Amino acid sequence: MPRASRQLEGTRVAERLEAAFPGVVTRSNDEWVEVVPARVIEALQWLRDDDELDAAQLSSLTAVDRHNHFEVVYHLQSLDRNHQIVVKALLTDHDTPALPSSYPVYRGALLQEDEVYDLFGIRFDGHPNLRRLFLWDGYLGHPLRKDFLQLEGRFPGLPQFPFEEKGVQVR
Amino acid sequence: MRLRLPFDTQIDAPSRFPTGIRQVIARPPIPGLKLAFIVLNVIGLGLNVAIGFVVASGALDDEWYDFRDLGLAVGQLREGLDDRFDPAVSYVVTMLIGGVGILSLIGVILILLPWVERRLLARFQVRRGPNRVGPFGLLQPLADAFKLMQKETVVPRGADRFIYFLPPVLVFIPLMLVWGVVPWAPNMTYVDTNVGVLYLIAVGSLSTLAIFLAGWSSNNHYALLGAMRTVAMMISYEIPLSISLLAVVLLARSMQLSEIVAWQADHHAWFAFLMPFGLFTFFFSSTAELNRTPNDIAEAESEIVAGFHTEYSGMKAGLYLAVELGHAVATGAFVSTLFLGGWSMFGLEQWVPPYVILGVKIGLIYFVLVWLRSTLPRFRLDQLMAFAWKFLIPLSIIYVLVVAVEASIFARWDVPGLIPLAAYAVFNTALAWVLVRRWSGLMGYHPGSEPLRPVMATGVGGLRAARQLRGEA
Amino acid sequence: MTTATDPYVLNIGPQHPSTHGVFRLRVVMDGERIQDVEMIVGYLHRSMEKLAEERTFTQNIPFTDRADYLAGMSNNLGYVLACELLSGVEVPERAQYLRVIFAELQRIASHAMANGQLVSDAGAWQTPLLYMWREREKILDLFEMTCGARLTTNYMRIGGVAFDPPPEFYPAVNQLLEELPDRIEEYYRLLIDNEIFLARTTGVGAITAEDAINGSLTGPMLRASGVPWDLRKAEPYCVYDRMEFDIPVGRHGDAHDRFTVRMEEVKQSVRIIRQALDEMPSGAHKTEIPLALRPEPGEAYARVEGPRGELGFYVVSDGGPAPYRFHVRAPSLINLSLLREMAIGASLPDAVVALGSIDIVVGEIDR
Repeated sequence: MPRASRQLEGTRVAERLEAAFPGVVTRSNDEWVEVVPARVIEALQWLRDDDELDAAQLSSLTAVDRHNHFEVVYHLQSLDRNHQIVVKALLTDHDTPALPSSYPVYRGALLQEDEVYDLFGIRFDGHPNLRRLFLWDGYLGHPLRKDFLQLEGRFPGLPQFPFEEKGVQVR
Repeated sequence: MRLRLPFDTQIDAPSRFPTGIRQVIARPPIPGLKLAFIVLNVIGLGLNVAIGFVVASGALDDEWYDFRDLGLAVGQLREGLDDRFDPAVSYVVTMLIGGVGILSLIGVILILLPWVERRLLARFQVRRGPNRVGPFGLLQPLADAFKLMQKETVVPRGADRFIYFLPPVLVFIPLMLVWGVVPWAPNMTYVDTNVGVLYLIAVGSLSTLAIFLAGWSSNNHYALLGAMRTVAMMISYEIPLSISLLAVVLLARSMQLSEIVAWQADHHAWFAFLMPFGLFTFFFSSTAELNRTPNDIAEAESEIVAGFHTEYSGMKAGLYLAVELGHAVATGAFVSTLFLGGWSMFGLEQWVPPYVILGVKIGLIYFVLVWLRSTLPRFRLDQLMAFAWKFLIPLSIIYVLVVAVEASIFARWDVPGLIPLAAYAVFNTALAWVLVRRWSGLMGYHPGSEPLRPVMATGVGGLRAARQLRGEA
Repeated sequence: MTTATDPYVLNIGPQHPSTHGVFRLRVVMDGERIQDVEMIVGYLHRSMEKLAEERTFTQNIPFTDRADYLAGMSNNLGYVLACELLSGVEVPERAQYLRVIFAELQRIASHAMANGQLVSDAGAWQTPLLYMWREREKILDLFEMTCGARLTTNYMRIGGVAFDPPPEFYPAVNQLLEELPDRIEEYYRLLIDNEIFLARTTGVGAITAEDAINGSLTGPMLRASGVPWDLRKAEPYCVYDRMEFDIPVGRHGDAHDRFTVRMEEVKQSVRIIRQALDEMPSGAHKTEIPLALRPEPGEAYARVEGPRGELGFYVVSDGGPAPYRFHVRAPSLINLSLLREMAIGASLPDAVVALGSIDIVVGEIDR
């Protein structure tokens, strides 16, 4: 079941997307649709222009580092039909990830792609002015990657909160 | 553990001086001060009323009717000196009197004015204003001056040094010069030239040059922008200013400021009633000359930091700020003199000293200036220029033509002065009303034609709903 | 000899009286016209998203306060909604009503600031700002009464709110609601047909509805452009589906429309708070959750209608006590996507007013 109340089921979206562009969908489940990174523009444009799915606005564009691949997550929403669609693109090249920029489809992706480039190092081809947004030009590395801090075999995260065993009830 | 500071800043400690009128009334700081204050005021009032009685009874004739008019005293002094010494001596003495007089006047104004401005501005903004430094915060301007004087003057690298140091001095000179022609009483003017109005226009435009030099020499884009804007604006607004003065001069038949005030006193008619549009033009153009909101685009703090005086620090910046305030009061003086009757108040000047009346009027105009500053947003430069060139100048020219015709009729018509003047007042006001409405309609200004409040929707939707709302609305 | 003009570069920022924080604009100008605009942000980047990966879900709530520091309650609310979506924690009804009340109070305070600084940018020397701040002071006093802090409130918790408001809260908020509609009407009438304000803001920074939707604008900017979209009605969270209120929608999408839309929203917020206060049941103000909540692996994207737009929180969990990925969808950053289109060709004062009408908070842009 999708989590948000107006989120469309990924399988339904995947069916229609696959019908329009065979081979563009790699996987889908309840919550999201995964597409081939190189063809993400086609998919987004079709989703935007389709009458029933009508993903008129890009709500959020972000990325997650999953150790051996990157996920670029697009949250789309339709204002007229009042539903949300989640599209993901998996990038397996961990050193120089790249995929087409969605600026031609959604102008609101302009600064969000800059941010993803800055913090993850994912290049967006076709972006008018891809630059580091928060950090300066000569900054080495991309901070939100899990291997950024090089902490001797351990990745950022909190395996165990020190006071966890002090009981379930808080008071 | 309390953080120890090198000095003890007690922010919440009550001020040692009384900070509000209630505190003073409840507990005067020095015993007997209240009583002395009341007694002195009663004596002063009584003295003035007594002098007024003597003057009104006609016991003192034209030659020396009122010793409160210091101009007569100075005239007597000069004659006395001329009788006994070389003419050069009386020249030097009167020069000294004049110089010291103007400087002390400006000095007092510049010491008091920042306090008045800040307290008044604060009152408009629902807060109190300076009330810590001295009783009621009266020593605040001195504290500011001292602070500015002890600051390091940072000269930007690349600034043209001579031209950089010149403008603060240069901008102070017109301020001093312009106070020379203000008539304080029937015989009390420092320099009573018979081209007073011309002198006013000429000297008033000197500050434009100083501001431009300041902006150019600072080697800073903000300053340059501010300087360009200032020059454009000041030059544009010189013209309506001069034209409205021209209307006044035509009716008063003299450029001498004391004559203009005497005309208003004799005919019991102020030019404000006779030509309201001229008053508005002069006042508005003065705010543009002064770089005060709503016309302070030259130093629009929210855009170009501080305009032409961005790069000035210390007392140089202090001089600019002081001069701006001083010019504001000078504008008050000129609006009062030219349009509001100067020292005359329909006969009250026999009882109350004329310079006090003029002082009150100057205070009122200054209050209006601060009122405008605190409440109105500012115009954009192109809107200002369009207003000057497309609105004020054509209407002022039409107005001058009308007033010229009226003046020539007034000179030839053999009727008690009040009748044609009343007619002129009514006619000019109506003309101003009609002209402004018609002309602004011509200029494309139609207030109230567009709805201002948003549409209230109860459902949500996207582009289709937006189109529906647009189609309906 | 031919005369030519050279464009010059003007640097507005990071310290500037009207860039609303440390925000830098490099403007290439030809005289008074802007030819190109470049935004340089990052002066307030505090790596909030990275730091959040090492702290538990509850420990991240104060971080969200500091993202959009002028709308702390809304930030908190969005984040705890995302965590509740992820972990399935139930929220008692009283807590939901309290959330609505505080979110709407925060909206009023934030809009008072936003509209005040817009008029200050247009040139009125902070006078309207200080007038609107009278109400904002009272609201911040209410916050302090309830949770101890005025700005960075840290009030929402996963499963409810942190504290129940004290008894003196209710008379104070009722008195505020008595005074507020008249005051809003007063500010509205003072400014809405002020000639100079109209001259400065109509037509400035206008964006059509199509551009607004495509450019991912949300919040008052989207509504001012004519699109009736409000997350409180579209995807109601907490108890907004039981509240009756309207959505103000503008016509042209210029700075004046954004100003009026925000003013009307304040009036609607007063309505919502009144209804919430009337209907609020008694009960618990939060459910107990473990000290270090460990949701199932998964992800959630929850959004609230913040004062600046759609404030979204994308939280990914891998089963541990800390989020695997924490992303704030910052409306201020995304509303700036169309700044270039708004500013190019305009004069500098217009660009400043347009930027002011977007109502940015740099803490949210940079995180």
